[in-house]
Amino acid sequence: MTATAPAAEATVRKSSPGTARGPRRRTGRLRRVGLPYLLLLPALLLELLVHLVPMVIGIVMSFKELTQFYIRDWSTAPWAGLDNYSVSVDFDAPVGKALLHSFLVTVAFTVLSVGLCWLIGTAAAVFMQDTFRGRGLLRALFLVPYALPVYAAVITWVFMFQHDNGLVNHVLHDQLGLTDKPSFWLIGDNSFVALLTVSVWKGWPFAFLIVMAGLQNIPRELYEAAALDGAGMVQQLRRITLPSLRPVNQVLVLVLFLWTFNDFNTPYVLFGKSAPEAADLISVHIYQASFVTWNFGTGSAMSVLLLLFLLVVTGVYLALTSRGRRTAQ
Amino acid sequence: MRSIRAAATGAVMLSLALAASACGGGSSTGGGSNDSPKELTYWASNQGASIEADKKVLQPELDKFEKQTGIKVKLEVVPWSDLLNRILTATTSGQGPDVLNIGNTWSASLQATGGLLPWDDQQFEKIGGKDRFVDSALGSTGAEGQPPAAVPLYSMAYALYYNKQMFADAGIDAPPATWDEFVAAGKKLSKDGKWGTAMEGSNPSENVHHAYVFAKQHGADFFTPDGKPDFTNDGAVAAVKQYVDLMAKDKIIAPGNAEYAQNQSVSDFAKGKTGMLLWQSASANLTSQGMSEDAYGIAPVPVQSGTPGAGTQVNSMVAGINLAVFKNTDNLDGATEFVKFMTSDAEQKILNTAYSSIPPVKAAQADPAFNTPANAVLKDTLAKSAVALPQVPDESQFETAVGTAVKELFADAAAGRPVTTDSVKAALTKAQQQMPTK
Repeated sequence: MTATAPAAEATVRKSSPGTARGPRRRTGRLRRVGLPYLLLLPALLLELLVHLVPMVIGIVMSFKELTQFYIRDWSTAPWAGLDNYSVSVDFDAPVGKALLHSFLVTVAFTVLSVGLCWLIGTAAAVFMQDTFRGRGLLRALFLVPYALPVYAAVITWVFMFQHDNGLVNHVLHDQLGLTDKPSFWLIGDNSFVALLTVSVWKGWPFAFLIVMAGLQNIPRELYEAAALDGAGMVQQLRRITLPSLRPVNQVLVLVLFLWTFNDFNTPYVLFGKSAPEAADLISVHIYQASFVTWNFGTGSAMSVLLLLFLLVVTGVYLALTSRGRRTAQ
Repeated sequence: MRSIRAAATGAVMLSLALAASACGGGSSTGGGSNDSPKELTYWASNQGASIEADKKVLQPELDKFEKQTGIKVKLEVVPWSDLLNRILTATTSGQGPDVLNIGNTWSASLQATGGLLPWDDQQFEKIGGKDRFVDSALGSTGAEGQPPAAVPLYSMAYALYYNKQMFADAGIDAPPATWDEFVAAGKKLSKDGKWGTAMEGSNPSENVHHAYVFAKQHGADFFTPDGKPDFTNDGAVAAVKQYVDLMAKDKIIAPGNAEYAQNQSVSDFAKGKTGMLLWQSASANLTSQGMSEDAYGIAPVPVQSGTPGAGTQVNSMVAGINLAVFKNTDNLDGATEFVKFMTSDAEQKILNTAYSSIPPVKAAQADPAFNTPANAVLKDTLAKSAVALPQVPDESQFETAVGTAVKELFADAAAGRPVTTDSVKAALTKAQQQMPTK
């Protein structure tokens, strides 16, 4: 949206450099300037309705004392000022402490998940760069986790992770004998591993897909020239593949980060309403905090804080990477 | 450019106005209306073995109601995991059903939201008066001193279900009457891959029901008399510890139960994997899982010592379902008519038989159909030794917070970590800190 609008404007400006300005020309120009915006208007309206309005309402809610006594008619809820925020960020008090813990868990989870998704996706894409028999089949197979509906996929994992009859324990414990006794995956500390496994399983095909598309754009000649100069596989990877993938990777990592950090479906389907502490991701934490206390004002305040954090991270990331790109040019 | 900006501003204003009016929609219609007298929407809770099973039970009755009154009832059976959130969402938006089932323990919490029609004497008169219902059931319909938020529909109580064959094989002569006997029996049963009993370790509500009754048996409560949360008093801590110790110390529950939240404990009992089951009105559920009625016996839930009764001798919560009318209904008269129909003597007999629950309506309860040995235990428990969960606005929050704390303690026990008085107290302290402060 933002990219097309200035482009259209630029074309318009270029095409009418200081010629006669009759009224007809003006309407014509207006029409030309207006048309792209007019076409964008429905999308803009829907965007406002679907995204911005709920966001604004959420922000308003975060300044209200929206407890069970007011939810029926929340315009009557008293204003709480910054109370909801001060409760959320008071890290010495229980609510803030729990939020901080959940935030840290989420950061660790996101870093690991994005890192692994990227690593596995890139490795798979690089290995599949050359044509070989069965490549198409493997590609399709790799994309299956990404194509499956989230709920169906994660509920399957829930069955596999079950303590008594789960496939994971059957393989690890019964068949391979790696553990002394069957482990719990859906409760307790192992739940972090379970969550990470499902998240990476679900996320890496996307990285694979994007990197694979990026690889198509690297000219074969570069590799041939490098091979002539005596560069081996590793050298080619370091000097050609990765630098050429840089712009792709920048977007990929950002998108993966936002998706993973905000992921609600995976933990919710895996653990239900009350996630174990070790896997207490922030989105579920906020949900639970709102519904435990029925204090939707505090829940909204936490959401707004999360939004601000993600905005800052995204902003800094974009600023850093675009500066890098500019210096490179 | 300027016109675009104006248009954009206009769009923002328009959509804000739309959204604002959508949100306010619920509040503008205050006390219900009769705008659509020929139709009702009914949210039923999931009482039977499955949603489909419930539809089979309820649909013929709804057809009967339509024949009598000409009002068509649209039925939706809502699973327990979603019901409370659905009600909250309906209350917030004002868009909900006309009539709905609520867990009777939520009555005071939902009453506080103001989303349900209060049942004052005048309203009660329309369905035949308050004295048609038994007192224990009326005790779980909302905060004291306020008109009830709902009308009792099904009453249930916890009982001890035991597998007769497994008891005979283990040489246990009679069902345990105290917790010491319960643990001893459980230890005899726990061998060869079978276990004494089963629990829904990951189901907060089940955890809270047990924890609360244990607390009462320790002479304690989770709330002070004026309704403030008090989760960490010695009695409450001892109660939760005794409950979790069934797995942690006594080891009569399989560790895998810490994950249970989908009534797996009922299936385990029906399949003969466990010898005992503490459950509310389980008969219909056990039958549908293929366990014959001769295979199991029913006894009162154990107490610490002595026999069940009032005070510290209670051995069940007053479990049950209430029927509420949503305040924003657009068919107030029809909704009242429907409540009258559902609580009529005839319907009470049919429905409570189908769900193996006890009718909260006196006349229906006296019917011989509810004099079977199984029902006798439940009726007796409800009449003499059942206690209502606290009727305070924070009750639902208490269920979630304490229920989750117990879930984490079960996770500790399952992983082999020690469950001590300190660790129980720490978990309950955390739960109490989550409670609303205002």
